Amino acid sequence: MSPSLPIIDHPRAARDFVNNVPRSHWHDDALWFVRVKRDRQAQSLPEWEYLREQASAIKQHTIANLGTYLQEFEANASRMGAVVHWAADAAEHNQIVLKLLQKNNAQRIIKSKSMLTEECGLNEFLIDNGIDVVDTDLGERIVQLRGEHPSHIVLPAIHIKKEEVGETFHQHLGTRQGEADPQVLTEAARGHLRGKFLDGEVGITGVNFAIANTGGIVVCTNEGNADLGVSLPRVHIACMGIEKLLPRFADLGVFTRLLARSATGQPITSYTSHFHGPRDAQSELHIVLVDNGRSRIRDSDTFRDSLNCIRCGACMNTCPVYRRSGGHSYNATVPGPIGSVLGPAREPKVHKSLPYACSLCGSCTDVCPVKIPLHHQLLAWRKVLVGKRLLAWNKRVGMKAASILFRHPRLFRFAGYTGRTALRVLPKALTHNRLNEWAIDRDLPTPPRQSFRAWYAENRKQTKPEDVK
Amino acid sequence: MNVALFVPCYIDQFFPDVAIATLELLEAQGVTVHFPPSQTCCGQPMANTGCSAEAAPVARQFVEMFAGYDAVVCPSGSCVSMVRNHYGDYFAPDDEQFTQVRDATFELCEFLVDRLNVREIEGRFPHKVSIHSSCHGLRELRLGPCSEQQTPRENRLRILLESLADVEIMPLTRIDECCGFGGTFAVTERETSVAMGVDRVQDHIAAGSEVMIAGDMSCLMHMQGLISRRKMPLRVMHIAQALAGRELAPSP
Ligand code: SF4
Repeated sequence: MSPSLPIIDHPRAARDFVNNVPRSHWHDDALWFVRVKRDRQAQSLPEWEYLREQASAIKQHTIANLGTYLQEFEANASRMGAVVHWAADAAEHNQIVLKLLQKNNAQRIIKSKSMLTEECGLNEFLIDNGIDVVDTDLGERIVQLRGEHPSHIVLPAIHIKKEEVGETFHQHLGTRQGEADPQVLTEAARGHLRGKFLDGEVGITGVNFAIANTGGIVVCTNEGNADLGVSLPRVHIACMGIEKLLPRFADLGVFTRLLARSATGQPITSYTSHFHGPRDAQSELHIVLVDNGRSRIRDSDTFRDSLNCIRCGACMNTCPVYRRSGGHSYNATVPGPIGSVLGPAREPKVHKSLPYACSLCGSCTDVCPVKIPLHHQLLAWRKVLVGKRLLAWNKRVGMKAASILFRHPRLFRFAGYTGRTALRVLPKALTHNRLNEWAIDRDLPTPPRQSFRAWYAENRKQTKPEDVK
Repeated sequence: MNVALFVPCYIDQFFPDVAIATLELLEAQGVTVHFPPSQTCCGQPMANTGCSAEAAPVARQFVEMFAGYDAVVCPSGSCVSMVRNHYGDYFAPDDEQFTQVRDATFELCEFLVDRLNVREIEGRFPHKVSIHSSCHGLRELRLGPCSEQQTPRENRLRILLESLADVEIMPLTRIDECCGFGGTFAVTERETSVAMGVDRVQDHIAAGSEVMIAGDMSCLMHMQGLISRRKMPLRVMHIAQALAGRELAPSP
């Protein structure tokens, strides 16, 4: 990606969404509903924590031995007739896909949901090259028609109300103005997509899991659109990040049980489709393995675990910041807690505000099915950013001053006394002004006359130095 | 037992009664408590901002000051979590002074329940209350069960609070959602922080609670600020104050 990307300021990008209170509440409730469903599913499995433990261990092992498993996968996939391609970065990935399309003279592409192609900017790239790309996941299609990007990795259109979908479909699909019945809208989308499916010349999908010892790939959807999208055309291109690998077919069950429950609160996705080589002698299956920065993350002891991610979206659903600020405030392919870990790994400067868009509540860490210590990684990112001199100077200076204050107990006492007195005697207009970000929406505590230490000196026998060890 | 009291900087300055209540509670259990007078802060504000170089000397000062006590007790889960879970960044793993202090540092309710085996506090608190589970106490210190995980755990705050006579604990719809304080987050992400806090307060009000009780004064300071600005019908109290038998001030 180009280094000239604008630097994202999460608080500013979030402002409109958060300040639209009804909308922010609506968004919060919609995602909380999914989290509650997820909780119910997690509670229904007595072995839930054991499964998370297993999943995390399998992933750690795979990432540690990634080279070996990738080779095993390539050998097995090729043996079954799939063609495996390797892409070092987004640009190479896009070129590979374009070449394959050109070789097959394909103009009309039907695509099922894939965060990887989103990460690589494939749609824009293909459209620029004169190719028609249709996203077939309903949410993705809605976002695509509106010229937006997904705001969530599992629920791409969760930020859009059904009335707004009605408006979009009215404009693009000719539905009745003011139509907001989900049933009618879904039917309209179905009819529209059916034509696209029939016209499609190549199907592109993502990959949820790739299995080294079989060479097979697994795609999970709830709409079955991936299956249709690759069953009609002759050519199927599957794009995947290299971290999607699992060593053995036997490992898969651990993940399919965790994925759907964590993502949407379903026991399993409606369609879990396995592909082992091309459909028949006339068909082609291409698998593009993409690195795009993943090896770099793998090299880092601190952030390696973030490659465990199975993109279930549970950390987004549970994140109180994400729920209120909306996914677009992150300005990243993957938003929310995991996105705030992955974004800076790609472009530290561009995404430097994301690790701070977090209250460190830790809910993401506890919800994550593969046990990525997300909030600790966000904290770790802050350290890295400070090391890279990417923390705003005023915050840096503030922290330096605080450090000096806390290292000098007398100074601390004096500053505390002065501060409290100032708060007590100064008019509220002076202490609660626009420069005091705290007090724009919140009152400051009423300062007491006496600090605890002063009270203690008066009311308890002063601790003698020899008492203090 | 030789116990030191650690009073976090903002409690010392703004909420001395929380520290006094803590002291009284410990003394009522027959514990001799020391208050090393040159203590200041655990270093969390700097550490959470990522400023390790600024946090490290504060952490070292803390460890030197509190070394050698059988226990260091603090009425704030997030400060205890700083010492227990994050001080490792500033010390060699085999630094004995550090590991001794780390292992001896406890949150107040944790200390009472887990170390002193206190499960009942004498006194009454004749109010409808609701517990705000502060995130660091919950998810870093594991002072209670969290809604994401399926691991059963005792809720230390609840055990103690429930033991008071005439107290009625009201149920929340979101039992352990963050209040949006988050240290500097409250300032750098003000809008989101405020939205989170207001929602949190409203859940407590909807539960029919008169007073929100928490183990972390920082969350309460943030929410009290919102309550007072918006004149919402809820009061806040640190759990030490409720356990020490403080009267609820009449509503303003
Ligand atoms: S980080 Fe964990 S919770 Fe978040 S999307 Fe990835 S697997 Fe799911």
